[in-house]
Amino acid sequence: MKKGLLGRKIGMTQIFAEDGKCIPVTVVEAKPNVVVSLRTPERDGYAAVQLGYDEAKEKHISRPELGHTKKAGVPPCRHLREVRVGADDLQGVEVGSLVGVDIFSTGMKVDATAQSKGKGFQGVMKRHGMKGMRATHGTHESRRNPGSIGNCKSPGRTFKNKRLPGHMGNRRVTTQNLEIVEVDSGENVLLVQGTIPGSRGGLVFLRPAIKSTEGKRTA
Amino acid sequence: MRHKSIERIEKRFIRSDIPVIRSGDTVRVHSRIIEGDKERIQVFEGVVIRANGGSNRATFTVRKVSYGIGVERVFPLHSPRIDKIEVVRSGRVRRARLYYLRDRTGKAARLRARTVGDRTRAAVELEVEQAEPSEPTEAKAEEPVEDTGEERPSEA
Repeated sequence: MKKGLLGRKIGMTQIFAEDGKCIPVTVVEAKPNVVVSLRTPERDGYAAVQLGYDEAKEKHISRPELGHTKKAGVPPCRHLREVRVGADDLQGVEVGSLVGVDIFSTGMKVDATAQSKGKGFQGVMKRHGMKGMRATHGTHESRRNPGSIGNCKSPGRTFKNKRLPGHMGNRRVTTQNLEIVEVDSGENVLLVQGTIPGSRGGLVFLRPAIKSTEGKRTA
Repeated sequence: MRHKSIERIEKRFIRSDIPVIRSGDTVRVHSRIIEGDKERIQVFEGVVIRANGGSNRATFTVRKVSYGIGVERVFPLHSPRIDKIEVVRSGRVRRARLYYLRDRTGKAARLRARTVGDRTRAAVELEVEQAEPSEPTEAKAEEPVEDTGEERPSEA
């Protein structure tokens, strides 16, 4: 059952590899996740494991979730996430058992999913990387504009999904194929090469990379 | 505020055998170079014009004039590729970033020697070096020759 783990982004730093290469890493703290419930093909039509992360006081958890964890006999968890697994993987997984950082090993590729930092309402240059207008040669009040957003009478409208200003960030973002540089099961810390979406302290969901052999989705 | 687990990770990579480096110091950096399957040590000697960052992320920039061309190299202070760093002498400087040295050549690019707390042995060794004009020719142009005239009365 090496399919996923919840953790918290601590921040970034850099480490030196043995050959002297400087590796930028994101530090993810993942205290052992507790299995809160199981989804079985017979009952739910699919196989999954529900993981809980970050033990919380009862007053911080909604009543329905509190009842849910109580029924499972596990401590109340601030975050619950389902991880899809193959039906065979459910064998031997019990409610209440723990999943830790040791499901990952050095060199493994993972996908990291998290809520990205909110940027508010942004223009097309920041949001979509458009070039804007030129700064001189008579440009008037339109230096950061998108330019033309369509044709004329035919089609007579702006197409849907045209990239325009709007809200940026604060959405679910997955970064694929990040390499695990180090696993510290004593401190429950993972070092992942590269950047992970979101701010420090944000919830991170790590899965074996979908584009690697370990991460092939069976379900 | 940095998180304690980040601090713990960074601490592992901090090298204790590296001397404290300040801008204005003249240093010899022995770095390991891998060419094909062979490893050799290359020495880069020049003035530290910038010390940047802290913890295991610290870097410093060394400037020298090589065959009349100014060359600057940025080294990660705690890189395992650095074999050792020798501080040849310390210069007295009044700012942290010595970018003004880029506009100067020859005599104008000299730095005055810094009076360090432990003046006794270090200073004597420095002056002995000064007395011998057997500096490597390549590094001569930018060598910060000390203005010993000012320092001498305190010595005597």
